[in-house]
Amino acid sequence: MSPRTLFEKLWDAHLVAPETADTPAILYVDLHLVHEVTSPQAFDALRARGLPLRRADRTLATLDHSTPTLPANAEGERPYATPQARAQVSKLEANCREFGVELHGWDSSERGIVHVIGPELGATQPGMTIVCGDSHTSTHGAFGALAFGIGTTEVGHVMATQCLLQRKPKTLAVHVEGRLPQGVGAKDLILHVIGAIGVNGGTGHVIEYRGSAIEALSMEERMTVCNMSIEAGARAGLIAPDETTFAWLKGRPRAPQGEAWKRAVAHWRTLNTDDGARYDREVRIDASRVRPTVTFGTHPGSAIALDAPVPAARDAVEQRALDYMQSHAGQPMAGTKVDMVFVGSCTNSRLPDLREAADVLRGRHVAKHVRMLVVPGSEAVRRDAEAEGLHEVFRAAGAEWRLPGCSMCIAMNGDMAAPGQLVVSTSNRNFEGRQGKGARTVLASPATAAASAVAGHIADPRDYLSMSVQEEQAA
Amino acid sequence: MNPVIRIHARTAVLADENIDTDRIIPARFLTTTTREGLGKYCFNDWRYLPDGSDNAAFPLNQSEAKDCAILVAGCNFGCGSSREHAPWALLDYGVRAVVSSEIADIFRNNALKNGLVAIVVGADEHRWLLDNPGVDLSIDVREQTLTLPGGNVFHFELEPFARHCLLEGVDQMGFLLQHAGAITAFEQQREAA
Ligand code: SF4
Repeated sequence: MSPRTLFEKLWDAHLVAPETADTPAILYVDLHLVHEVTSPQAFDALRARGLPLRRADRTLATLDHSTPTLPANAEGERPYATPQARAQVSKLEANCREFGVELHGWDSSERGIVHVIGPELGATQPGMTIVCGDSHTSTHGAFGALAFGIGTTEVGHVMATQCLLQRKPKTLAVHVEGRLPQGVGAKDLILHVIGAIGVNGGTGHVIEYRGSAIEALSMEERMTVCNMSIEAGARAGLIAPDETTFAWLKGRPRAPQGEAWKRAVAHWRTLNTDDGARYDREVRIDASRVRPTVTFGTHPGSAIALDAPVPAARDAVEQRALDYMQSHAGQPMAGTKVDMVFVGSCTNSRLPDLREAADVLRGRHVAKHVRMLVVPGSEAVRRDAEAEGLHEVFRAAGAEWRLPGCSMCIAMNGDMAAPGQLVVSTSNRNFEGRQGKGARTVLASPATAAASAVAGHIADPRDYLSMSVQEEQAA
Repeated sequence: MNPVIRIHARTAVLADENIDTDRIIPARFLTTTTREGLGKYCFNDWRYLPDGSDNAAFPLNQSEAKDCAILVAGCNFGCGSSREHAPWALLDYGVRAVVSSEIADIFRNNALKNGLVAIVVGADEHRWLLDNPGVDLSIDVREQTLTLPGGNVFHFELEPFARHCLLEGVDQMGFLLQHAGAITAFEQQREAA
């Protein structure tokens, strides 16, 4: 057989029927993740046709987008933003009961953001196809799974048939060689990559990230990178599984055990791009040149080093974005006054992300005029963080420690900024109004977010990280 | 889905590049559990002023844009989230086709599955359409052509299966269900391996 890319191996292994000139391929889905926002109309479609959900055992649901991150009151009532938000959550609970889907709801000790809990439970595994009615499904590609977001009509297709109709996407290799400098992390790297290839640079493609800098990343860092593939327009992001992947998955509740584990790992070792396989496009990035990176405009491609000057607008649309952000061409983003800081989202809400923010905040205080929210990605992250006392670090610094959920990443649950406020956010989208109508979002790493909270303006985290932490990161 | 064979309508232009799905319908309107009635929220934060009145600066609020069913948009329209609420909102708002030089993958998929014709044209045609709002345009799905008022005809690409589904009003779930046997065979073969 001719040499194949990792993507082609995953694609070929899931073909129920190959594509023809007239029809797309029928692609089998191993794991379908479901949340409350993009599923109700799909469950309705099943009901309208009198169909069962084909593989409840391959379907996993959680509550994350519309859920409040403040606790229930004494009567047990949760502070939903609107009655519709509450109704949407009840609807998923009822749908999961009716169709026999495992739901990590309010009573689950594993509830959390859909792209955080899939890997945590070991439900996400190398070699799988994984879909969800959510564009950041690309996160799971960090494990060498072909994972992508779908619309609600397709959610219905998967519920009914466990399959999707797909045209084969193209492949784009992003080679990242060299070493990330001290104080520079995966979030800086992916913002840098999107800035380099553009917000539509990956359209129609599946990205495979590879190279020494990618191999050196932890699983959480790889998830941060793959998570934002969609912000370059890509269908999915992929990283070949390796010892780091296997060690991370071993022993997780849904991971194979015993002999099955050994067989699985043997298979997973074959999931990489063969020598001589061809990508449709290739891009090279030098990791040693990446600096703490932030956005200055209203899409994630408008990324620059935080101490670099904001580029001048090339047209009226770019000028409009600068005006909206109140960013000034020729001046760096560093020093811009901050109103809110958000640490959370499926990009940066895992334990190492929270540690990174806590390392900056320990023994310091959030500036008086800044409000900071720290929202763990899951109940498991919350437990682990509290066991380490991170919540106390956040609270002592004056930040709010919340319950798991999407929160200010999408601002559906009432957690949001006021018009005009500037938010330094560890999430993935800085679109106009994403964090509240008129709110201005600057995307950044957890370390930059925390440093900016302390300084009261966008600040370089390298000035706040203790030498010991920097050395650890370098080690 | 009703068949979509031909669309003859006037164009309205939103020239901004990278119009994302949060701009098409802000997330706070996604707590709905149905797909109906989202047109009133379409482009909500752009279309209305903070007091709820119409924003005169929003191009689709201009009187010339009334009844325009073909939206010509800047490059990379529909980027961002996978929310199908975006095409649902556009259709309910009266948009039947979107034309751009690039349309984000997931949005285009979602749009076509709902009968919203999403068309990618070349840079020159795109430029001309952006510069000339309010022209009468004919879209022929069968012939994959776009005819300008002067009679100039452009060809556009359309994935053959999506085209078939538009022309016949086929919904893709039915097509997949016809393959239930092959799906079962695939599952059994894998479980045996
Ligand atoms: S955290 Fe944000 S990007 Fe991630 S699933 Fe939730 S809303 Fe989507």
